Amino acid sequence: MKRVRVIPVLGIDQGRLVKTVRFGEPRYIGDPLMAIRIFNDKEVDELLITDIRASKAGRGPDHELLRRMAGECFMPIGYAGGIRSVDDAKRVFDLGIEKVGVCSAFLDRPALVTELAASYGSQSVMVSIDVDKPLFGGLRVVGRSGSRSAKRGPVQVAREAADAGAGEILLHAIYREGTFKGYDLELVAEVAAAVQVPVVALGGARDLNDLAAAIGAGASAVAASSMFVYKRNDVRSILINYPSPGAVDQAFRERSGRAAV
Amino acid sequence: MTIIVDYGLGNLASVENMVRKAGGDCTISSSPEEVASASRLILPGVGHFAKGMEQLRQRGLQEALDQAVLRDGKPILGICLGMQLMARSSEEGHATGLGWFKADVVRFVQERMAGAKVPHMGWSEVTVKKDHPVLPMDGLEERFYFVHAYHMVCEEPSDVLALCEHGYPFVCAVARRNIVGVQFHPEKSHRFGMALMERFIQWQPA
Repeated sequence: MKRVRVIPVLGIDQGRLVKTVRFGEPRYIGDPLMAIRIFNDKEVDELLITDIRASKAGRGPDHELLRRMAGECFMPIGYAGGIRSVDDAKRVFDLGIEKVGVCSAFLDRPALVTELAASYGSQSVMVSIDVDKPLFGGLRVVGRSGSRSAKRGPVQVAREAADAGAGEILLHAIYREGTFKGYDLELVAEVAAAVQVPVVALGGARDLNDLAAAIGAGASAVAASSMFVYKRNDVRSILINYPSPGAVDQAFRERSGRAAV
Repeated sequence: MTIIVDYGLGNLASVENMVRKAGGDCTISSSPEEVASASRLILPGVGHFAKGMEQLRQRGLQEALDQAVLRDGKPILGICLGMQLMARSSEEGHATGLGWFKADVVRFVQERMAGAKVPHMGWSEVTVKKDHPVLPMDGLEERFYFVHAYHMVCEEPSDVLALCEHGYPFVCAVARRNIVGVQFHPEKSHRFGMALMERFIQWQPA
């Protein structure tokens, strides 16, 4: 039986574990090494570490921190943030991280994804699509932590990413980030239907029902950040948490049961 | 001492972390001499099949591996691409492999996927087909992390150690004599992978 991946996303900024709301000012959450140990004990399916301002600040990956984080856990880890070249990615892979995500660099130079896929296989390359919702007009893909517009919609960018060789697409609705309003299911459905590669939904998850809903909409896996660092979604109370496999299975079963009615 | 074979591809640091955590002694090496004289080997790998074989040959590692594994019967564990390289050939780059198994590596067949996406990425339970010291048929849950777009097809049913399903059933572990190959990543599979690694480092093939 195949299990659905539930992926906590850990934002890091200059060695600290942080959390943002709609890409706003980062809030300090704690020590990333402590967090990763807790997630390891909870046997999470996979982790995604994102250096939230690396690209915008023109910084590369924080190798020492990543090496220590990777050394703490025996689960799949992806990393995104500031990867601009195959060499940048190689150094990250050498630390014990098996997947890299590119966002801004893909928008600037799609061939980077093709080069990474040729060297490391498409399964090692994820394209992160940050989607913004401007006041006027449709959804737009943005880069550099939201500061630059790609002037294209998410479906088109997802197709370009898959064509370039991405093995997976992280679909991040930044207008939902940290809001606990649930995923943008319409967006998930639209993008998942447009590409053959797995789509991972991110942005807005509040509880297991939201995770199940995203899978129902066509996502292959679900990612969330706030849900796994705050106690019962109360932003005043930090608590690293992760559902048990049994609870996840039940939520998915209930959801599909209802859908069948 | 377990040698983790370094041929320029693959996630060596995480394999090393896991072997140490499982209580084993290991070194990463790309030296044909060290590989040929290792008491135990791990052939890891993430990446492109043809590129992997090219790297093994260029570094003189194919001969060293043949010597240690085929001639001297040293236990070896192939992981992911490392397992696939043990086959005769692969569609990925249309290259010939080490040829230790009468098997070939093919891409997941799109028409048979029944909605499942390629690459196969995530946790899956595996069904053990024959009892083996490294992967015993004890009825316990065996859940592992997979990331791959290609899988092995065996000509000899007796080589099949375990099956997994993604779109359709495929071979996810093979074993013959002193050789074991797994398509999944034990080094990324929490306690399930740890237990497998512990069994491998203690395994003394007959």
